[in-house]
Amino acid sequence: MNPIAHSPHAHAPISIGKVMGTVLLALTPATLFGFWLYGWPAVNLWAVSLIAAIVGEAVVLRLQDRAVKPALMDGSGILTAWLLALSLPPYAPWWIAVLGSLFAVIIGKQIFGGLGQNVFNPAMAARVMLLISFPLEMTTWVAPLQSPGLLDSLRITFMSQPIDGMASASLLGHVKTEFTRGIGLEQALIGHYVPMDMLWGSRVGSLGETTAVLLLLGGLFLIAKRIFTWHAPVAMLIGVAVPALVFNMIDGNHYAGPMVHLLSGGLMLAAFFIVTDPVTSPNTALGQFIFGLGCGLLTWIIRTWGGYPEGVAFAVLLMNAATPIIDQYVKPRIYGRDRKGAALPANKG
Amino acid sequence: MKLFDLRGGVHPEGRKDLSAECPIRSVPLPKTLYVPLQQHIGAPAAPVVQVGDHVLKGQLLAHAQGAVSAPVHAPTSGVITALGDHAAPHPSGLPVPTFTLESDGEDKWIATETLDDPFTLSPEDIAARVAAAGIVGLGGATFPSALKLNLSRGVRTLIVNGGECEPYLTCDDRIMRERAVQIVEGIRLIAYAVAAQEVLVGIEDNKPEAIAAMQAAARGSAVQVIAMPSMYPMGSEKQIVQVLTGKEIPAGGRPADIGVLVHNVATAYAVQQAIRYGRPLISRIVTLSGGALKTPCNVETLVGTPVEELIAVAGGYAQPAARMVLGGPMMGQQFANTGVPVMKGTSGVLALTSKEIGQAEPSPCIRCSTCVRACPVGLLPLEMAAHIRASDLTGAVDLGLKDCIACGSCSYVCPAHIPLVHFFNYAKGDLAAQERAKLKQEATKKLAEARTERIARIERERAEAMAKRKAAREAKERAAKEAAAQAAKEAA
Repeated sequence: MNPIAHSPHAHAPISIGKVMGTVLLALTPATLFGFWLYGWPAVNLWAVSLIAAIVGEAVVLRLQDRAVKPALMDGSGILTAWLLALSLPPYAPWWIAVLGSLFAVIIGKQIFGGLGQNVFNPAMAARVMLLISFPLEMTTWVAPLQSPGLLDSLRITFMSQPIDGMASASLLGHVKTEFTRGIGLEQALIGHYVPMDMLWGSRVGSLGETTAVLLLLGGLFLIAKRIFTWHAPVAMLIGVAVPALVFNMIDGNHYAGPMVHLLSGGLMLAAFFIVTDPVTSPNTALGQFIFGLGCGLLTWIIRTWGGYPEGVAFAVLLMNAATPIIDQYVKPRIYGRDRKGAALPANKG
Repeated sequence: MKLFDLRGGVHPEGRKDLSAECPIRSVPLPKTLYVPLQQHIGAPAAPVVQVGDHVLKGQLLAHAQGAVSAPVHAPTSGVITALGDHAAPHPSGLPVPTFTLESDGEDKWIATETLDDPFTLSPEDIAARVAAAGIVGLGGATFPSALKLNLSRGVRTLIVNGGECEPYLTCDDRIMRERAVQIVEGIRLIAYAVAAQEVLVGIEDNKPEAIAAMQAAARGSAVQVIAMPSMYPMGSEKQIVQVLTGKEIPAGGRPADIGVLVHNVATAYAVQQAIRYGRPLISRIVTLSGGALKTPCNVETLVGTPVEELIAVAGGYAQPAARMVLGGPMMGQQFANTGVPVMKGTSGVLALTSKEIGQAEPSPCIRCSTCVRACPVGLLPLEMAAHIRASDLTGAVDLGLKDCIACGSCSYVCPAHIPLVHFFNYAKGDLAAQERAKLKQEATKKLAEARTERIARIERERAEAMAKRKAAREAKERAAKEAAAQAAKEAA
């Protein structure tokens, strides 16, 4: 006889693997665009990240005497590595991808106890580790659409061939550098801020973070598929846009406006694919909104006054740490009880 | 009429089309029926007939005992051949005290009284007759209906639940389509018995024929038939009250606390049958469905009919059932032994295929909070389960474990296939056991203290008695001595 099963005796057609697969599907357009934009080196980097994550996770699972196949098949390690690859400079050397992926799945996730147990977003933790440890490799940007050949691309990724001729600066980095030279914002943006290019993604930046439109579409697809709700992404965009707007109106030559902020750096990627990571974000709608708002606000603060030109990854980690506190205080009201948990009064009228 | 919003909820695949168009069929009279003494919440009924007795259909077999209980009647005429243990329609399949009734094939009724105008009865009389008829909530809760009538006199609103939000089940749908006139009379009788000012019948809008039939039957009466959006668990008491009145039943309270009484449509039908025709509750409509049955259908069956006979009525199995369920798939209970009988609360018998169950090995929680969005009560199922897993029942109670209605919405949507409701029911059971143990401990302590006190008292009394005796003896000796001294003095 089968063991007795508890109700319900029906289940929605959903599984962790399907959730992860849907997110990967939503990431695909932006990823393909990144491949087109930066050519073969981007493909290499992406592939190396995924392979490192899969192998690394399998080894660690074996060391823990845990079943390898179900943990690998849930797709979470692949998603983490994929997101990390999208946040790396496209011409970064292979070992950056390997180190980052291993750090993400092993230190970022498995050390905490595996899927669902980690406090910090593994991809962002790995990105921050790389940025602090290898600032040069992590801030060496290239202009898009240079299309190196396959052989050149292998040299770029695997032999760390110097890419002097192709180097460029990201918008946020460029602005920060210009400030140190005493050049105002309005002049600094000339030639660097082309709104339509920014929107479609033909700009300097990480592998998969540049195309605002495709990331937005991917995010909307996931909201429509009910993988996550609008709360965290919208709140993050608000958290960046509102202070940017206010300060831009106060001093337009020193504070970039909301569109510059929304379309640069890793904001769009983070708003739809990082702050929506369920494991490391709060579990109520209001909590997620607060979380997203905090991520946005901290991003803007770090970009504006911090030492690094981009603050998305730091902001996310800081808010990850705040998630248990948010969950402690933001809870839904229970049916038949008031907000404090006391039973509602009887009312026979 | 304005409807109010509900929190959470899910939209499981209805699968009602399997049986919705099948009119209520009768079932051949079973040769042997098994009638458990307990088919309701509360104390089991106490037998009044003996093994070997010949009983008539509708005759009282066991009367209610205790404050919360309901009587049990003979579903057909025949001979009581045993009063003993028979497998219960429960996942455990454990034996429970059950009458075995061998049918004599005549299906002969006891003398019943038909009333031309039941509204001449007093409200108290109606409640008494409902109690005597053994009517319990037929939506599945099986709470004795008369108790609810007595506790709810003077409520503002009577809500009649035609939600039937459980997938597969169509028994309420069919009874509303086919017996709307009787149901409406039953509703009016209940409303009259509790003097309700407002009567609302809520029916999910996936049952347009039932809504039309009920509206036609209710025309000209104070009964309002309202279409509600189809959503699970719309037919749960707390939820139907909220959607129709905008009010919430206070935590730990009853609908009467906010001036509401809720009864199921099939219960209203049973009330009508009992009051107008004097027929006790001995049969009910049951949906036989599921992908593993050849011809899913709805049947009117006697309480006590073995489930296997119903499966034969549904044409037997089209393929081996991966799981047998009593009730709906969301809250019903698995059972293994098809020899178990239909009871008053059995709304459905489902033979489900593995595809329909959609069972998978649980994987880790990714905190996606789909369960939080689905919970109609506003709980945090993922957090509660984490606390229970760590044996922190107090933490789970603080998060609202006792407010959980076990509707299964969270388990249904969980992408990790974590059996959340199983955790909660396990914890509720553990809590109940702890509370029982605590009561027992307190009772034991009280008894021990009483014993110590009693022993001390006896000792004290004995000592006092001894002291008294000693004093008396000494007094006597003294008196004797004095008397002797006196005598000696006198002699001298």
